[in-house]
Amino acid sequence: MINIDRLTFGYVPSKPIFEDFSWQVSRGETWSVLGASGCGKTTLLYLLAGLLHPTGGILSVDGHPLLRPRPQTGLILQDYGLLPWATVRENALLGLRLRDFYGPDGTHVPKDVLKVDAAVVDDWLHRLKIDKVAQQYPGQISGGQRQRTAIARTLSLQPDLLLMDEPFSSLDAVISEDLQDLTLSLCREKGITLITITHSIEEAAVLGEKVLLLGKAPNSATIVIENSESAQAGYRYSPAYLATVKTLRERLGEA
Amino acid sequence: MKRRGILVALAALLVLWQAAAMILNQPILPSPVEVAAAFWQGLRHGLLLHFAASLWRVVAGIVVSVLLAVPAGLVMGQSENVNRIFSPVLYLIYPIPKVVFVPIVILLLGIGDLAKITLIFLILFFQILVLVRDAAVGISPQLLLSLRSLGAGRKALFRFVYLPASVPAILTALRQSIGTAVAVLYITELFATRYGLGYYIYYQGSTLLNYPAMYAGVVAMSLLGLGLYFGVDGLEKRLLHPA
Repeated sequence: MINIDRLTFGYVPSKPIFEDFSWQVSRGETWSVLGASGCGKTTLLYLLAGLLHPTGGILSVDGHPLLRPRPQTGLILQDYGLLPWATVRENALLGLRLRDFYGPDGTHVPKDVLKVDAAVVDDWLHRLKIDKVAQQYPGQISGGQRQRTAIARTLSLQPDLLLMDEPFSSLDAVISEDLQDLTLSLCREKGITLITITHSIEEAAVLGEKVLLLGKAPNSATIVIENSESAQAGYRYSPAYLATVKTLRERLGEA
Repeated sequence: MKRRGILVALAALLVLWQAAAMILNQPILPSPVEVAAAFWQGLRHGLLLHFAASLWRVVAGIVVSVLLAVPAGLVMGQSENVNRIFSPVLYLIYPIPKVVFVPIVILLLGIGDLAKITLIFLILFFQILVLVRDAAVGISPQLLLSLRSLGAGRKALFRFVYLPASVPAILTALRQSIGTAVAVLYITELFATRYGLGYYIYYQGSTLLNYPAMYAGVVAMSLLGLGLYFGVDGLEKRLLHPA
């Protein structure tokens, strides 16, 4: 699904954040990208989203080099990215309105896009339990509800790749765990490839069947921790979870 | 603002005015009753025409300002480069009281409506430009990135983010500068025109020494300013939600 081959990127050419960095992600996998602040996690996510472009090497998604944001990729950020003047429902509808605005042009909107109607959005609002606040504005609802709105907006577009940047880090522990489980189950149900950027070791362990560790820039080595047991029910309370957390903590110290 | 509060304030002002007129007891301050009569009289003798002339000049000034300042402000707010080039210019021009340009604009553009509308434009344009630019600069980068990742290009960002984000800025700018715009309108209407409330007030007061009629003109000009102010308020209630 994602193929990064000898990628180089730096905001300033003399100080690359990634240098000869390679990474492969297969369809349907769930990945966490873990690292300390300033290691280039968010940069990697923006590169994958097509919002930044590599200065060297290859970055392709689904076999195509990524030159601009790919319409089948969903992006969810920490501060939700909601329009403050639009209601929850209007915000959730925004992706569809954008598709109507451009039409299936292959650039902004997939060419083969099925006509998605507002009912899909209402279904998502219902499933994500925010239908009761659909007519309220982002300023009037809780952080968890805002993030659910962003998720509803993204999933309504039926993405095959979901990128998340610290999506739950500003939420209460319980709400955050709840949303982690929800996101995982939705991605598994729809076969969505999931990549979550996080600085939280616990979150990385829960959300990633594989964890990519990033160290100090420039990142060249691809450090991957296998965490396949995370797919099993009750993982959060299992010894395997604690073992993974321990491994991640140790490896993060070395990286 | 509660309608009742406004009515109470209006009544209090009228009482104060009446008291002042009675205490002063001079032709230069007629009582509200006399002025009301003069207003009614004026309405039948062309006051409405003067009102319409002034209204047209202000509204034309507002429309032209919004049409030019909003796109300019959005472009400055969207592009760091453009903002870097024009910000110092704006910084210098913005604090100049535009009323000092009255003689220059009249010299350059003559005494017709164009000069008057241009002056109102000069006042409103910079207010709207600055506030719209700041609104555009203040849009969260994460919001823009989210929308771009949903497929939004420049056109869609303009339509779905920048334009709606600029509406409160436009309304704030209008609210702040309508008073000044009407004041400058008054000054421009003192010169070589035969229509407009400024002319009406000046002519009745200084030439005919008809003070009640002069005050009727003042009342009409106040109503013009109030009407515009309430208009902006109404627009705000319709376009923006309380949150």
